[in-house]
Amino acid sequence: MNRETFERQYQDDWRRLGELLEHLEKVKTSSVSDDFPELYRRVCHQLALVRSRLYGTDLEQRLNGLVLRGHHQLYRRSGPTWSQVAEFFVAGFPRLVRREARLVAAACALFFVPLAGMTAVVVLRPELAYSVVDPETAAEYQTMYDPAESRERGAETDFYMFGYYVYNNVSIAFQTFAAGILFAVGSIFYLVLNGVVLGTVAGHMVNVGNGATFFPFVVGHASFELVAIALAGASGLKLGLALVAPGRRGRRTALVAAGRESIRLVYGIFGMLLLAAFVEAFWSSATVFPSAVKYVAGAAGWAAVIAYFVFAGRDRRAA
Amino acid sequence: MLDTTRTVETPEGVELGLRLAGPAVRAYAWAVDLAIRLGVYVAMSIPLAFFGEVGMGIYLVLIFLVEWFYPVFFEVTRDGATPGKRRFGIRVLHDDGTPVSWGSSMIRNLVRFADMLPVAYGFGLASTLLHPDFKRLGDLAAGTLVVHRIDDALPASIPGAPPRPPAVPLTLPEQRAVLEFAERQRGWSAGRSAELASLARPLTGLTGRAGHAALLGIANWLVGRR
Repeated sequence: MNRETFERQYQDDWRRLGELLEHLEKVKTSSVSDDFPELYRRVCHQLALVRSRLYGTDLEQRLNGLVLRGHHQLYRRSGPTWSQVAEFFVAGFPRLVRREARLVAAACALFFVPLAGMTAVVVLRPELAYSVVDPETAAEYQTMYDPAESRERGAETDFYMFGYYVYNNVSIAFQTFAAGILFAVGSIFYLVLNGVVLGTVAGHMVNVGNGATFFPFVVGHASFELVAIALAGASGLKLGLALVAPGRRGRRTALVAAGRESIRLVYGIFGMLLLAAFVEAFWSSATVFPSAVKYVAGAAGWAAVIAYFVFAGRDRRAA
Repeated sequence: MLDTTRTVETPEGVELGLRLAGPAVRAYAWAVDLAIRLGVYVAMSIPLAFFGEVGMGIYLVLIFLVEWFYPVFFEVTRDGATPGKRRFGIRVLHDDGTPVSWGSSMIRNLVRFADMLPVAYGFGLASTLLHPDFKRLGDLAAGTLVVHRIDDALPASIPGAPPRPPAVPLTLPEQRAVLEFAERQRGWSAGRSAELASLARPLTGLTGRAGHAALLGIANWLVGRR
């Protein structure tokens, strides 16, 4: 059979498939008509014939385009439903964190040990604060938390701070995750760096006597934010460790599989940081409440976070 | 044909050809997207300035969302192409040719931050140039590709000529060569066509203009106009 006969014989199939595809692409429905799969398979077969008989690149390209579009319609992956999203936050996310318990523990160590360490170091040797933050930034923090200043922010400023916290903190978390692809070194770096800076600021606040304003402020949202940063580090570590120690798989497949898992962690982290930004903007600076209330709320926050990750999503019926 | 094509085998057993997009066209698309984003920031700053600090807060959230999620939104809902990519006719697909999903798009755009290190997409560019499929770090992590759109090719027209059968039966690649010669007539001058047709003297027994006409005749015969 030569090319012109071939074309004459199968023109109708190609025209019909083109029409069906245009309809599907315009309407964006996921239900295909009954004759679509069979027609698609026929055109696939015809494409294979065109290739093996070398009928010409233009015909091959045309059929390749039709087959690619049909392939998209038949093998499209559907997005998550709202109930799946809810299920993730209720059970899926804590289960995922528990599954990655070792990485989470490593990330927490990489983050909290420098944080606590620097706090202690800076309290003992105050001048070391300036080897981490420059004097201008230190002075900025000092005035921010100076007990002598009036602390109550207006509601408009709260909105601004919410926007700022979302912009700043979530970006830090995303960066900590993304840097993990550099063989996990990037995530380690960002975890330690953030821990050191936060610890230095905390120690400096104690040194200059702002502790009574600083700690009630941060304790409200610290649980959500710090744990989220540590989890971001853990997800980055997961990404990087797929390259460093892929186990039985090749590096490329291990990376893609790890990516799929760790991005689900990032969804949860994003939720936590939104919550943290909300608390930080609207609760933490409310001087209406005395420090005792703030500390109790902070403790409740920590308890809630720990209880969530330890207990949520566990199947009580399992042995 | 020399081309950066990647073949993907579908479940039906046929191979799909995907034309991979290189770093240059991806950089152009990125530049257009950057211009669009900057335009949005400038445009939104004016009305939001009237709302004082609340407006500033909203503005910061807007910048955050657009910076991280602008590509994700367009890649998933607009057929794998941001406006910049659409301008240059490229799109994002999974390795197996399926449209990109939310998770994969999120991964490739979050890891974009690592691609931008150490400066000006250094790691991303290095990865794109070293990888056989032009993948940057984000593509590696997400299992995605950036390909050119396959437009419907213009039907090749073979100039009509009195059909004549070839002196000997031709193998498939030889038939293909004759047909390609006929299809590409438009791109060559008459002298060039005659020069190339002279190379087929063992087949046609003629050179120059006569050989050209003979070769076209064979092409017409092969295509089926008898």
